[in-house]
Amino acid sequence: MRTRYVLLAVGVALLVLLPAYGGNYLVRFGTFLCMYAALALGWNVIGGVTGYPSFATAAFFGAGAYAGALLQVAHAPMPLAWVGAVVFVAAAATVVGFMILRLRGHYFAVGSIALVEVARLVASSWSDLTGGGMGLNVPILPGGPEYAGMVFLYSMFAVAAAAFAVGLWIEHGKLGFALRCIQQNEDAADMVGVNTTACKIAAFVLSAVFAGAAGAIYASWTAYLDPSDAFSILLTLKVPVMAMLGGAGTVLGPIVGVVVFQAMEELLWSNFLEIHHAILGLMIVGLIFFLPGGLLSLGARRRMPARATSREVPAE
Amino acid sequence: MSQDPLLRVSGLEKSFGGVRAVRQVSFEVGRGEIVGLIGPNGAGKTTLVNLITGVVRPDGGRILFDGADVTTQRPFQAARRGLARTFQIVQPFPQMTVLENVAAGALFTGKAASRREAERVAAEQIAFVGLQPFAEAPAVSLTLPNRKRLEFAKSLAMGPRLLMLDEVNAGLNSAELDNALDLIRRIAARGITIILIEHLMKVVLGLSTRIMVLHHGELIRAGAPRDVLADPRVVEAYLGQKFAERYGRLADA
Amino acid sequence: MSELQILVNGLVLGSLYACMAVGFSLVWGVLNVINMLHGSFIVLGAYISFFLFRHAGVHPFVSVPIAAAVLFALGYALQRGAINRVVARPVLTTLTLTFGLDMLAYNLMILAFSATPVRIILDLGRVEAAGVIVPVDRLAAMLLALLLTAVLYAVMRGSKIGRAIVAVRMDRDAATLMGIQVERIYAVTFALGALMAGAAGALLALIFPISPTMSGQYLGKVFIVCVLGGLGNVPGALAGGFALGLIEAFAGVYLGPQNAMTMGYVLMLLLLLVRPTGLMGRKGYE
Repeated sequence: MRTRYVLLAVGVALLVLLPAYGGNYLVRFGTFLCMYAALALGWNVIGGVTGYPSFATAAFFGAGAYAGALLQVAHAPMPLAWVGAVVFVAAAATVVGFMILRLRGHYFAVGSIALVEVARLVASSWSDLTGGGMGLNVPILPGGPEYAGMVFLYSMFAVAAAAFAVGLWIEHGKLGFALRCIQQNEDAADMVGVNTTACKIAAFVLSAVFAGAAGAIYASWTAYLDPSDAFSILLTLKVPVMAMLGGAGTVLGPIVGVVVFQAMEELLWSNFLEIHHAILGLMIVGLIFFLPGGLLSLGARRRMPARATSREVPAE
Repeated sequence: MSQDPLLRVSGLEKSFGGVRAVRQVSFEVGRGEIVGLIGPNGAGKTTLVNLITGVVRPDGGRILFDGADVTTQRPFQAARRGLARTFQIVQPFPQMTVLENVAAGALFTGKAASRREAERVAAEQIAFVGLQPFAEAPAVSLTLPNRKRLEFAKSLAMGPRLLMLDEVNAGLNSAELDNALDLIRRIAARGITIILIEHLMKVVLGLSTRIMVLHHGELIRAGAPRDVLADPRVVEAYLGQKFAERYGRLADA
Repeated sequence: MSELQILVNGLVLGSLYACMAVGFSLVWGVLNVINMLHGSFIVLGAYISFFLFRHAGVHPFVSVPIAAAVLFALGYALQRGAINRVVARPVLTTLTLTFGLDMLAYNLMILAFSATPVRIILDLGRVEAAGVIVPVDRLAAMLLALLLTAVLYAVMRGSKIGRAIVAVRMDRDAATLMGIQVERIYAVTFALGALMAGAAGALLALIFPISPTMSGQYLGKVFIVCVLGGLGNVPGALAGGFALGLIEAFAGVYLGPQNAMTMGYVLMLLLLLVRPTGLMGRKGYE
């Protein structure tokens, strides 16, 4: 266990020092790494620990992206725009979560995918506000590419670090314990005194907020936003897969999964854009058939990962 | 000790689809009582427990717990107020250890402020029910009688004032049954009020200070065991003549 | 456009949607698996019809059973080879797997067919009655879709395998005790789902342009139909299909086509919250 944390510290150090030794390309890669880490760690709270299979990541990522972008277009300074985006996403997630967390299993999953679709369609149709399919241009950060690269790297890193801190808190704290109880037997959790509604919403909002923050930073970083990019089905599927690749429900799992996935992507297929979907598909098949507990489940003996009861009935 | 009943139920009504599962049920349970609730299958006993613990909402009537109106409470609120129940089919957190399962009961009802304190309380309850050897075992690995004990330990960790035992003794053999009876007596001795839902008359008669009989959702009789068993309606609905005679003697003992 | 015309358009759409969705609904209801590949199955069926028409001059109506057969075989193989391994696993696992397989299928189709939409152009004329105009190809597609759905219904009720499928759906363990080989039923059900999708796709090829990029849209519609109509049975798919068809037809005219799509999803979300078992609930077991 200790070696893992040492490795993590080394990785963090390498990441933080990137601008000193790496060129623009590496800094970009590092920024993406942090972004996906934030997304995967966030997803883990609702998907891995609580066991609610959410595919809504892109909905909140995109919402944060558009909120941040629009605030900047309205001349808000970038950090303020980001804060505004996070507040917006937190509020939206609370409202949406209150409604959608009444569903379980398949229905919840389907509902969460629908959120992404609805968000994308709304962003496309509301072209007066969002520029629709033509896209939205976001004011570029002055100061040159190296400076911008650093700003966005460290911003994404901060979000990822915050997500990690929350992950640790969830792992050891009362809310996390409650969420694990909910995952193993929601009705029993209710009977034992857990306010399941409040806990689930908290988990949902936490995961949404990190997605929204990452989205807002992403919008400022790429300086251009369009609905398919912001509310990408590929993203909403990749994030849970990365978390599962490392090991859903653990704190380090999502980080491991992100690093391995991104490294593989960069080394193997980032130059072959036309097979991106296929590779993701194959990775998923391999993951599910051969590595259901994730990479962290290999190696030293581990207590059985907390898993919901296997058969879920459609109408609950 | 206060003379107010701990639980007062008045005019409780619940229908599912077209079926009236609970009809105009009214009763009181005093502090420190052990009340047996008997009746044929489908009489509405579990529905009644579900109503009292907030798992389902009544269509009519009121539930007062220690003076507070809890008619529309949700299960976690009932738990925090001191209303605990066990399930016929035990409901643990399967992958968690026995200790974690029981600690959950202490932590989320507010009886323990921290995880560590909850585990301390849990250890006490685990010892009380005799499950120490299994404290670190995952709940899913326990035998049936031990799972029932886990249910007990978990409910006790919740610090209940009223404990509703829903057919806890189903599936136990005669030796295990004696252990269970002893456990229930010891729980009552701690001052916890108990409602005992049971089919096994030996258990009900051995423990209850009072018996209520539910039939087709209606409370047809309540009172001292001897009186209830002698009541012709109860005999006809549930016990059968021979049975009533045989156990009438037991009740007198 | 007159109300009646919109209504008829909605019914035509609705019958197609029902046919598209019934296989998906069946798989969800019986295997408890959400098959994200369903949209791709539909597109594949459409391409089969297109290529047979383009290169062999096969009439699209004849392609329907061919596409159905090809997809049946594909579905059967896929279920035995891949889906079967996850049937009892949690939602996250099964959904992610079929999602991933769909990514693969999508990519393969893009590489094979390119994203450029193609069409079968076959002008069969129009039918006019009471001021309502319906192109014959659409009318024919509608009738064939309803016919296919009716055949499936008959198979589910009347045939031994159909009843076995219903038994598995109602109670898997009881079905095993009755001697039903549940794994074979799963495979057949999944294959039937693929078959219906392929057939529906072949019908769609007659009327709409097709492209691999449409698989997501089709999947979305099929989801909506299932939530609207209820899972696992034919009447539910019909109810949901017609409901969606009518909603889209009217919303398309009054709100614009893109908003009509959004409306569909919003409606689905609302229904999920209010009545997840759908308009038909679980009453029908066929």
